[in-house]
Amino acid sequence: MHPFNYYAPETVNEAIEILNKYGDKAKCLAGGTDVLVQARGEKFELDAIVDIKKIPQLTKLEWTDSHLIVGAATPCHVLYEDSKVCEVFPGIVDSAFLIGGIQIQSRASLGGNLCNASPSADAICSLIVHEVICEIAGPKGTREIPVEDMCTGPGKNALTNGEFLVSLKIPLKNSEFSASYERFIPRNEMDIAVAAVASSIELSNGKVSSCRVALAAVGPTPIFAKEASELLVGKEPTDENIRKVSEKAKDIASPIADMRGTIEHRKDLIEVLTRRTIEKALERAGG
Amino acid sequence: MVSTPENKNYKVIGTRPIRHDGYDKVTGRAQYGADIKLPGMLIGAVARSPYAHAKIKSIDTSEAEKMDGVFAVMTAKDLPRLGDIVRGNSEESGSERHLSENVMAFEKVLYKGHVVAGVAAKDQNTAFEAVKKIKVDYEVLKPVINVDQAMAKDASILHEDYLGDHLGKKVKNTNIAAHVRHESGNIDDGFEKADLVIEKEVDMQTVHQGYLEPHTGTAVWDEEDRVKIWTSTQGSFAVRDSVSKVLDLDVSRIKVTPMEIGGGFGGKIPIYLEPISAVLSKKTRRPVKTVMSRTDVFDASGPGPGGKVKVKIGIDSEGKILAAYADIRLEAGAYPEAFIEAAAKCVFSCYDVPSMKIDAYDVVVNKPSSAPYRAPASPQVAFATETVVDEICNIKGYDPIDFRLKNVAEKGTRTALGPKYRTIGLKECLEAAKDSDHWKSDLDSNPKSGKKRGRGIASGYWFNIGFKSSVNLSLNPDGKVALTEGSTDIGGSRASIAMQAAEVLGIPAEDVRPSVVDTDSIGITDVTGGSRTTYATGYAAYNAAHKLIEQIIEKSALKWDISKDQIEYSDGVVKSKTDSELKMTLKEIADDPPGGPIVSSASVDLEEAGGGFAVHIADLEIDEETGKTDVVNYTAIQDVGKAIHPSYVEGQMQGGAAQGIGWALNEEYFMSDDGIMLNSSYLDYRMPTSLDLPMINTIMIEVPSEEHPYGVRGVGEPPIVPPVPAIGNAINDALGLRLLNTPMKPSRITEALKRKK
Amino acid sequence: MAENKVKKVTVNTTINGQEMDILIDPYVSLLETLREVVGITGTKEGCNDGNCGACTVNLDGRIVDSCLVLGVEAEGKNIETVEGMASPDGLHPLQQAFLEEAALQCGICTPGFLVSAKALLDNEPDPSEERIRHWLAGNLCRCTGYDKIVKAVTKASKESK
Repeated sequence: MHPFNYYAPETVNEAIEILNKYGDKAKCLAGGTDVLVQARGEKFELDAIVDIKKIPQLTKLEWTDSHLIVGAATPCHVLYEDSKVCEVFPGIVDSAFLIGGIQIQSRASLGGNLCNASPSADAICSLIVHEVICEIAGPKGTREIPVEDMCTGPGKNALTNGEFLVSLKIPLKNSEFSASYERFIPRNEMDIAVAAVASSIELSNGKVSSCRVALAAVGPTPIFAKEASELLVGKEPTDENIRKVSEKAKDIASPIADMRGTIEHRKDLIEVLTRRTIEKALERAGG
Repeated sequence: MVSTPENKNYKVIGTRPIRHDGYDKVTGRAQYGADIKLPGMLIGAVARSPYAHAKIKSIDTSEAEKMDGVFAVMTAKDLPRLGDIVRGNSEESGSERHLSENVMAFEKVLYKGHVVAGVAAKDQNTAFEAVKKIKVDYEVLKPVINVDQAMAKDASILHEDYLGDHLGKKVKNTNIAAHVRHESGNIDDGFEKADLVIEKEVDMQTVHQGYLEPHTGTAVWDEEDRVKIWTSTQGSFAVRDSVSKVLDLDVSRIKVTPMEIGGGFGGKIPIYLEPISAVLSKKTRRPVKTVMSRTDVFDASGPGPGGKVKVKIGIDSEGKILAAYADIRLEAGAYPEAFIEAAAKCVFSCYDVPSMKIDAYDVVVNKPSSAPYRAPASPQVAFATETVVDEICNIKGYDPIDFRLKNVAEKGTRTALGPKYRTIGLKECLEAAKDSDHWKSDLDSNPKSGKKRGRGIASGYWFNIGFKSSVNLSLNPDGKVALTEGSTDIGGSRASIAMQAAEVLGIPAEDVRPSVVDTDSIGITDVTGGSRTTYATGYAAYNAAHKLIEQIIEKSALKWDISKDQIEYSDGVVKSKTDSELKMTLKEIADDPPGGPIVSSASVDLEEAGGGFAVHIADLEIDEETGKTDVVNYTAIQDVGKAIHPSYVEGQMQGGAAQGIGWALNEEYFMSDDGIMLNSSYLDYRMPTSLDLPMINTIMIEVPSEEHPYGVRGVGEPPIVPPVPAIGNAINDALGLRLLNTPMKPSRITEALKRKK
Repeated sequence: MAENKVKKVTVNTTINGQEMDILIDPYVSLLETLREVVGITGTKEGCNDGNCGACTVNLDGRIVDSCLVLGVEAEGKNIETVEGMASPDGLHPLQQAFLEEAALQCGICTPGFLVSAKALLDNEPDPSEERIRHWLAGNLCRCTGYDKIVKAVTKASKESK
């Protein structure tokens, strides 16, 4: 492995300076569960690794009036061990609980999972259906983008030179909102998703006022299945109506065949998981 | 040597003492292959072929040699060129030249990951960087990656100079290294008379033993051309033997010290890195340690063969088997030896078959050279046979256990290779299965969750090889006994060997202290494999303990000045039969014994033992929408002969079942068309985790073998044989469809369900 | 490949209760640091990519795969390995239970399982079988089929009360 230097900046600006200096020869280190494997596997050659865990904003969990702000390097276990997060955002906790096993969850973060931008990532679909906003810091200042714009291709994200993800802003919703994430794997743990879906539902007077469905492992990036999601808006969440969404999601999915799954199986799974996550989200939302 | 099993209430046999090496292993003190550190040690690394099949046109190591921190570089030119003498090595056999070429390729690479060169450097990172600088010029050839491709008319040939043996005829230009046939009776007649004939063909992908510890090899080559090796292996003497051939050195110049071993299951019988570290040590005059990465282990060690097995069985109107035919085609990998004789031996082993014919083909393909994997070839053939049997039972409405009992193999039944069974316990296993809580329990075929449940049963067999083992005993001044033996311990065997000596001596198990020692310190001992260790090395310990008692009596006679036949020994006390004043404890006789210290030595070369049968019952729960399959209840029943240490016998049954379950549901080499394994990591080579298995119930049946004084049968291998067909049969029970490929993964289940509709 | 000048770094850390300064390359893993630099080899390498748990250590109270932690990240932290589990008074109840229940065959995965299980029992004194299996799913064992491991953890949890 190409030898690299280690930096542990304590402020956002320090981090930006180092990242800017090294350009694409430096990467951020949050949990390390993706980036160290890739560095060893010679996916890229690094001259520096920038450990962002010493910057306070990067590991926080903060409730404001409008959002839950999760630092980009906050480990998964912090989320699922927090009873309020579990109560308010079970869909996010679904993801945090599924990435790897306990050892991985001690370190891996939703932010890292997002920036790694794998098409089969476990965190991204949940973030999409929660309308999460990414707070990014860079040499030109800070900016915000919706999470569904973060992944630009398999393993590629929208960050430019010197930029890094600081935190995720999860908007608080009213009590008739909830979400669910389910992935299909052949074993019961430790696998990468063959196919996965997150769905969020908001109810109003017995009808669906908002629905978002996102699909993983069936395209070059996680897919926000907008057309499928819209089919349920303004409707009653009957089995028939839900089935329309899941069939449309199956249509939208464009998987490839690889060592983790066949095209046909992945498409079938998208239909099944869309149905199941909508039903679960409804149940959680009290519908 | 006692030929009939002793039948009495044992004092040590059957108890569950803490294993003698246990404390070191739970504290992290135990030293495994990669833990060794020697002063001045260098780290070795190897360059591996990226292609599955290619000619090596040239290798340029000059840049690697120039690197700062690199001390030596080697290629196959640094190894002697060997001939084609076939040699046997317990569960391994083959030509010497192939042995050497598998360690390091000479003119051709035959699988992705095949070693082509090695370096020794000051640390691991330098060694890896140096390997990257080795330039190899390949002429890429077309690979063949399964038996169909390899056996096809214009197939790319792996070994242009090899003569295949096809039913005795020597054949050139073939990938079929061997074709053997075994027949008895008249199957055409049998099939003609049959009321029902069922034929099925299974197609199985390569699987890996999956041991958690990657291979290592550490060596020192000194100024006298003597080589010391430290390695994790199932056979120190096998390593010594193989290394002596590859390096063309007399065996007595080589000393192999076995480190503790982190799993083997057959895969740590062959050598890989030891000769490389040795040659690098010769070139640098420093110790060299080389270690495989996990990817290397998958790409380039010795997986279990994939292949195709076709079985055809004909029964009469009463449900009696009249005839059986098998066509077995197994992938040997890059070099011959796919365990086809074992396959032939096992395919109909659970049944009394009056007429049978077996054709078995040993086929080379561009994959790493197969090594034994726990009952090699038996799971593959059992999948076919037990599927056919299950189909027969389904069609005819026979109870699956009653059908097997009606056709059961028992003492006197003729086996496929000719010999008749001696005392075996299949019948007892089937009866125990019938009587088990699991078999009698309700399946709950329509659980609320909307999933489907199914139950499957299957039987399986593995023979126990015998071969050579040696044991030394020494009586210490405190009356306790030191035992040295050469069987490397992969599952608690040193405890069961010590227990057998303790039983003879009538002393507690903890008073016999076993050590697994190097090849200079003990007589020849064949591999820990083939389910031979508790049987053969145990037998040697048994004999050595009896000899120790002879010594004790002899020296007591001298001490008391009476004749030997007036003396008896039992349970740690030696005494005169007539004078009650004359008695000594072991401690007392060990204190300055006349004529020298009390030691004994025994060695054995045993014939094959009675063999072990296993019957497994699997309950599955399947989500029809996704194909997800969970094992909800599992019972392993096995004839274990005599369980020396029952906990470790149960452990073998559970471990083998777990491997079989992984094989059935998720494990495979996912190959590209170019012959590259795409899933060469524990992420995508999916072995069961603790969340993927239920508690595995075990029922140990003890039908003592005739060949061992305590009735021991090998127990390690039979438990991997029934799971694949038991699960296939359970899927059929749940969904009414048969999967004939492994793994029976979710996508195959949903596809099959769609085809059914 | 351009040369990148990388110097060794001094790390101050506490391992099994012993504070120490170690000198390491910044790019080596904590696993390699423990085995090669500190010299304690109880923690094992099975895959080097976070999929088998053989390298599990306890880092500031949480179990992690040490192959995916950099050695330099140990700065100022508390690390516990299998070597720290027994005391001069005897084995940890988990170690004792593993021996009594025969929860190891080849033993290579055992250090990882012990460290993982200890972290579970330290926080949840009475876990169910399901919880134990879930907690340990990041530790692979190829020899035992997990039965006896689960039974040993249950036994140790009862003994610790």
